[in-house]
Amino acid sequence: MWEWIIKFASPMHFYMLVNRLAPWLGRAAGVLLVIGLYGSLFYAPADYQQGESFRIIYVHVPSAWMSMFIYMNLAVAGAAGLIWKTKVSDAIARSCAPLGASFTFLALTTGSLWGKPMWGAWWVWDARLTSELILLFLYLGYIALQSAIDDRRMAARAGAILALVGVVNIPIIHYSVIWWNTLHQGPTISKLDAPSIDTMMLIPLLIMIAAFMCYFFALVLVRARLEIIEQERSSKWVQELVLQQPGQSV
Amino acid sequence: MNPKRKKLLMIVLFILLGVGTATTLALKAFQENLMYFFSPSQVVKGEAPTNRNFRIGGLVTRGSVKRNQQDLKVSFVLTDTISSVTVSYEGILPDLFREGQGIVANGSLRADGVFVADEVLAKHDENYMPTEVADALEKAGVKHEYTDKHQLK
Repeated sequence: MWEWIIKFASPMHFYMLVNRLAPWLGRAAGVLLVIGLYGSLFYAPADYQQGESFRIIYVHVPSAWMSMFIYMNLAVAGAAGLIWKTKVSDAIARSCAPLGASFTFLALTTGSLWGKPMWGAWWVWDARLTSELILLFLYLGYIALQSAIDDRRMAARAGAILALVGVVNIPIIHYSVIWWNTLHQGPTISKLDAPSIDTMMLIPLLIMIAAFMCYFFALVLVRARLEIIEQERSSKWVQELVLQQPGQSV
Repeated sequence: MNPKRKKLLMIVLFILLGVGTATTLALKAFQENLMYFFSPSQVVKGEAPTNRNFRIGGLVTRGSVKRNQQDLKVSFVLTDTISSVTVSYEGILPDLFREGQGIVANGSLRADGVFVADEVLAKHDENYMPTEVADALEKAGVKHEYTDKHQLK
């Protein structure tokens, strides 16, 4: 097990692994997205109260989940980089941030578009919305910090500490609707008893979540691969790799 | 694990623990301010502020909505199944506003105990179902009641 992790943590093996994994993850994301979109637009029936507008949950809920899930990835990768000083985990952490920021932005925007007709307001300062906005600022802060520090090792370390401090926001986002009175509704799927959503509406939602997951992993691996190549540009295996490319000369 | 890594791991755990504790204490201290709205019970008990605007959240009591024919004035009773507060409002209500539905109103309490709202927001619950299922439930006599736990506390 440890041997496998150490092997994976070496930039070269990570590069090989991504080459094999990423195309499949990309394809899976594409297929799942087509099925999921068909399911959410045609298969799922309209809601008894919200009518057709409820369909925004098929983008909103997966985006919101991803925004938190990616942050956990960022924080874990950051911590691993801090403790074990693995180059791959730094590259993964760095690649997570822009993706997480995009999903957070998407969750906030779709929520706002839904909020106006349903609640009657584009934005309210309740605990759920505010903590999700703080998450967006955490991502943007992380990105700004990364680009402000030239030295890669230093940037990774500073970023990891920021990410770890921000982790406290994740349970706050998740439990905000339970701990406090909020305008945002409570959890639907992750309740301990049966989900309070009809199965025909739930299935496309789960497919969309799976599609978003595959999409994220495909992108984060490809981005991390690019980071690795840039980081290791003076190492022997990267030089050899470049020479192998047809029509290239160094 | 070598001692240096162990030390770093301890630092990481310490950061998480420290930030977690500090945040928990801060949130506990601001518990009141983090509540988006007061319940009718709290308002009846006098826990809501009287000198400034605040929000009240609850269920619209069935059969309590009275609309004025000439203008947009509307009044209804908000309840949390324990206490009730009458709300008066002038303006356009959101799509989801209906009897039995949860809403949040922003405004202030008049001396006679009526809540005068400047803004009414609909609060959706966490239930999603197709129209046919809701109709079938209704027919079977199982009234689908709004189940937001905050308002039924």
